Amino acid sequence: MSSSYFKDKEPREFKGRVFAATVLIGTAFFILLFRFWYLQVKEHAYYKELSENNATRLIKAVAPRGVIYDRLGIKIADNRPGFDLYIIPEDVKDWPGTKQMLTSLIEIDEETINERLDKSKKRPPFQAVKLKEDLSWDETVRIESAKFEIPGIMLDVAPKRSYVFGEATAHLLGYLGEINEKELKEREAENNVYSPGDLTGKYGLEKYYEKDLRGVDGGKEIEVDALGRKIRVVNWIPPYPGNNMKLTIDIRTQVAAWIALKDKVGAAVAMDPKTGKVLAMVSTPTFDPNALSTGVSREEWKELIENPLNVMNNRAVQGQYPPASTFKPIHAAAALEEGVITPDTKIMSGPSYWFAGRAYRDWKEEGHGIINVHRAIVESSDTFFYQVGLKLGIDRLADYTKRFGFGTKTGVPIHNEKAGLVPSSEWKKKAYGVKWYEGETISVSVGQGYMLTTPLQLLNAYAAIANGGTLWRPLLVEEVTTPDGKSVSKPVVEKRGELGISEKTMDHVRDGLRGVTHDDGGTARFLSRTTDLKIAGKTGTAQVSKLIKRTKNVESIAYKIRDHAWFAGFAPYDDPQIAVVVIVEHGGFGASAAAPVARELFKAYLSKAEDAAGIETAPAPAAPIPGGPAVIPISTGNPKPAPAPEEAHD
Amino acid sequence: MIDRRLFTHFDWAILSVILGLICIGFASIYSATHIHMPMIYTKDIYWIGIGAGMMLLAIIFSYSYLERFAYIIYGSSIALLISVFFIGSSFSGAKRWISLGFFTLQPSEFAKLALIIMLAKYFNEKLISDKGMGLKDLAVPAVIMIVPFLLIAKQPDLGTGIILWMIFWSMAFVVKIRARVIMGLGAFFAALAPFGWMFLKDYQKARITSFMSPESDPLGSGYHVMQSKIAIGSGGFLGKGFMEGTQGKLMFLPEHHTDFIFAVLAEEWGLIGAMVVLGLFLALIISGINTAGSSKDRFGFLVAFGITAMFFWQVFINLGMVAGIMPVVGVPLPFISYGGSFLITSMIAAGILLNINMRRFIF
Repeated sequence: MSSSYFKDKEPREFKGRVFAATVLIGTAFFILLFRFWYLQVKEHAYYKELSENNATRLIKAVAPRGVIYDRLGIKIADNRPGFDLYIIPEDVKDWPGTKQMLTSLIEIDEETINERLDKSKKRPPFQAVKLKEDLSWDETVRIESAKFEIPGIMLDVAPKRSYVFGEATAHLLGYLGEINEKELKEREAENNVYSPGDLTGKYGLEKYYEKDLRGVDGGKEIEVDALGRKIRVVNWIPPYPGNNMKLTIDIRTQVAAWIALKDKVGAAVAMDPKTGKVLAMVSTPTFDPNALSTGVSREEWKELIENPLNVMNNRAVQGQYPPASTFKPIHAAAALEEGVITPDTKIMSGPSYWFAGRAYRDWKEEGHGIINVHRAIVESSDTFFYQVGLKLGIDRLADYTKRFGFGTKTGVPIHNEKAGLVPSSEWKKKAYGVKWYEGETISVSVGQGYMLTTPLQLLNAYAAIANGGTLWRPLLVEEVTTPDGKSVSKPVVEKRGELGISEKTMDHVRDGLRGVTHDDGGTARFLSRTTDLKIAGKTGTAQVSKLIKRTKNVESIAYKIRDHAWFAGFAPYDDPQIAVVVIVEHGGFGASAAAPVARELFKAYLSKAEDAAGIETAPAPAAPIPGGPAVIPISTGNPKPAPAPEEAHD
Repeated sequence: MIDRRLFTHFDWAILSVILGLICIGFASIYSATHIHMPMIYTKDIYWIGIGAGMMLLAIIFSYSYLERFAYIIYGSSIALLISVFFIGSSFSGAKRWISLGFFTLQPSEFAKLALIIMLAKYFNEKLISDKGMGLKDLAVPAVIMIVPFLLIAKQPDLGTGIILWMIFWSMAFVVKIRARVIMGLGAFFAALAPFGWMFLKDYQKARITSFMSPESDPLGSGYHVMQSKIAIGSGGFLGKGFMEGTQGKLMFLPEHHTDFIFAVLAEEWGLIGAMVVLGLFLALIISGINTAGSSKDRFGFLVAFGITAMFFWQVFINLGMVAGIMPVVGVPLPFISYGGSFLITSMIAAGILLNINMRRFIF
């Protein structure tokens, strides 16, 4: 009955290979059997011991976050070692005693301990629970010397974030914080592995580039004795550090901006007009990112977010202000390009302009006389631009304004950027359902009224004026690299648009801006007297209240209703390397409050060739930075390095 | 269709081996989950019931139907895999399941059987020279495998993807590949490995070098392997006894009732238990080889061999992973690991083996 396929037709078709497969199978099973014998008989004693004592404990090995450098390679965010305190609840014999010991040894209350334990209820057994992050040196020593009396306690070293320049980079870099439930859920959807207690970027670039900066955590399996004390590391899964990041920021300019602005409320931003790379971004008042990242108490946090000055606002991208007189060059460009005026058109620009039975004042009591557009920019005549604005009309003006990037987000890699507002008749119809009034055109023509801009938008526009007409997408990151230095991504210089305005017009505007700082009667003439940096720019004074009397004595006006002071400009005017925008909230006049701050940025950046006051180029992250007490020194040993934050308002 | 002679040829021994494995599996799942997840073992009873029904069907209808409907089977398995992307539900980052109310279907499991049937049909109809298949001959069957492979790898389900590869190469090997091509491909893949290595992320390399899964969480697999080794090693020769395993420890293993079930078993039953399970699998695989060798036609041979290869690679990769001699890739252990679609697929596959076996004399 040999009817089988093999025996009948092609008996040998598969035979050799079936035999080979059988041999392979036999070998594989033999290997497995041998392996089980090895584990269960030969090494039995070893594994039995590990198993009987429940002798292994699991501790997460947190991956260091990527290091952040400035454009020249100076470290601005680094990692330093710090001690965390862990508890393994299974090893705790006497809870009341343990809690009492802990509260007396370190700064922690019972409530916090219970909260921490509660949060990690779902953890697998014998996995350590983090009780306190980043112990001080004293606490570490006390725990270390008392640990034999408290079974279940364990200290472990983990990397802690250290912001080398502290408050100077606070809004830009942001800070870290423990992940909350909402974020945990969001990340779960993105298929990222986070667990409660993990740190995550909460603000600024730390938040925006969380995926790049965060490494891959590893784990440590620790063999312990019967009292839960560490004997040795049995298994070590190394953590993998996050990607490093090189910024476009020039830390010297950044720090200079912060020093100049730290006692004021406002923002300073700077950009390379040739590429759109952001060189500095400071917002004040600021917070201490080092203290925030290692955990602040509830009271401290409350104080921060309830501060009436909105400390947690990055004014550079979230503050929206009327651009005031800094808008005039943009207005001038529109009018020249549309042929409403020529460079030679002279207009009577008196102390006030009467329209529809109302007087619209000029900032200058005596008026400017009969002037052309160049002088109008230099002297910042309001009445000149009232009249030009009326001729141009709101919608043509709005069209040009939008070309300069106002009214839309710049797309800088920071969360919650504001878009500003460019008013037009169409916009008003939509927003209010009412038609546009010409009187409103008059306000907008000098950058007041509905018009709003963020400092970064204004900077973007001035960079476009400086470079002849290209509106760049602001860049903050130069390059992201792996820990071994391989390039991960390199953001490319990208255009938001072209102004589409003739070179001739742009030349006139730029010449006007040069005049502001160099011609007689220029509103910021002092900038060319005190420095030789060839700065061109425009001052601005944004009205907060309409009812202020004309006065030169800013101090006599109540803080809340004092004007905002602007300066926007670039240098050197014949080959612009840097564009700067500064706003000082309630600072009074642009020329006296904002322009001096801007000068510090220009100085810091343009005198870079010389070896000037400032930052060592050699990467020495732990060293305090020379350059004044303004900069927070970072020490490696003390986990709370920052002095009490200085309140920054006048 | 049902011939009384069939019963006289039915291989009760293979059936007993399979039932034995299922019982051992259920006992281990019960031991591993009865404290923390009592839902699991009650559900397992349903799966076994459904599986038994499907297995019976797989035994009754002659396997020649499989050849006739090969295109439909293969096509609908691809359609199911595609539909996972649209209507699939995801769990811990992977999108592998289609939810049908109380029942969740994992199409990648059924794709394994569909691939075996489709390849068997293809190779059966194809004339192959005595020297074996050249590269050109391999192209079409490779495409048959690559399509479901890519769909499964995308989910991602690396473990099942690897099994598809192993099934393909095993079947192609037994059909015969030219020696030159085998050596050439071997050299090619060996040369390609460094390039593939380059495409891995640095931390993934670190994981592989420390014998870990590139896809699971960092505190995961390497740690699991250690825990698994502790469980197995501490079991010793005789084991700790049923339900006496240190459950607390095994709670470290999120997969302790699925991929790492054998660690539970080896801890409680010792080397003796491990040897019994190894013996049962060896018996199943050898009888699978014999079924192939004695099958009445080429198609039967190929299907039986494919199924046997599938069982073999699953057993070998799973046990190797649990014992810490292979990277963790997430391949479950047939009949023993918990998993509805997986158990049903395995039981259907076993049913087809029995089917081919009992029809070896019937024409």
